[in-house]
Amino acid sequence: MLSAMDAAQALADLTEISSQVEHVAIVDRDGSLLATTVRDAPRATRLVAGITRLLEEADRVAQARGLPELTQLEASTLEGSVFAVRRAGRMIAATTRPDPTVGLVFYDLKHCLGSVEDTSAETTEQGAGKAPARRRRKADTSA
Amino acid sequence: MTAVVLVAGSLAGSVLYRRRVGRRLERVELYSDDGAMVSLPEGSEDLEQILAMTRDVLAL
Repeated sequence: MLSAMDAAQALADLTEISSQVEHVAIVDRDGSLLATTVRDAPRATRLVAGITRLLEEADRVAQARGLPELTQLEASTLEGSVFAVRRAGRMIAATTRPDPTVGLVFYDLKHCLGSVEDTSAETTEQGAGKAPARRRRKADTSA
Repeated sequence: MTAVVLVAGSLAGSVLYRRRVGRRLERVELYSDDGAMVSLPEGSEDLEQILAMTRDVLAL
């Protein structure tokens, strides 16, 4: 099972590398909030509720327009953008400043969600007595 | 007179440019896992509805 700390670490890594995202939230399969950059709890709850409503409407529109399954959303206004990525039941959503680099934001969100999934898989393997999957290390370029 | 026409033309051009850029910036794109993408057409009810919900989220 994934701990809230793992998701919080993934979010901390995301906000460190991505200067474009303002607020981020990761929601688990059961709809519970795993981690968010919003520190005020009621505000975080409102953020997740707003994103959930937005995705429900986007799901309806996607279905009506023949899209098989909605996995990513980009909604951009002059005030800023909302991005969402869904994978394996989990969802990560972010708000950004106006006119962000779309591909980069999606890449960062997918990477963050992927790292949460990796952590979850490692935890499961360790629980089952297996060695954790080996992580790729950055090559030493000092030579 | 020429100056007035030039200023008025510049203002009109600026307004048109901002409108065009603004329209391009306001968009909703939906993607599925197989790589398909739907971009909601300008002026559609679905686009306005989702943009309104997006503004609500951004205002939080």
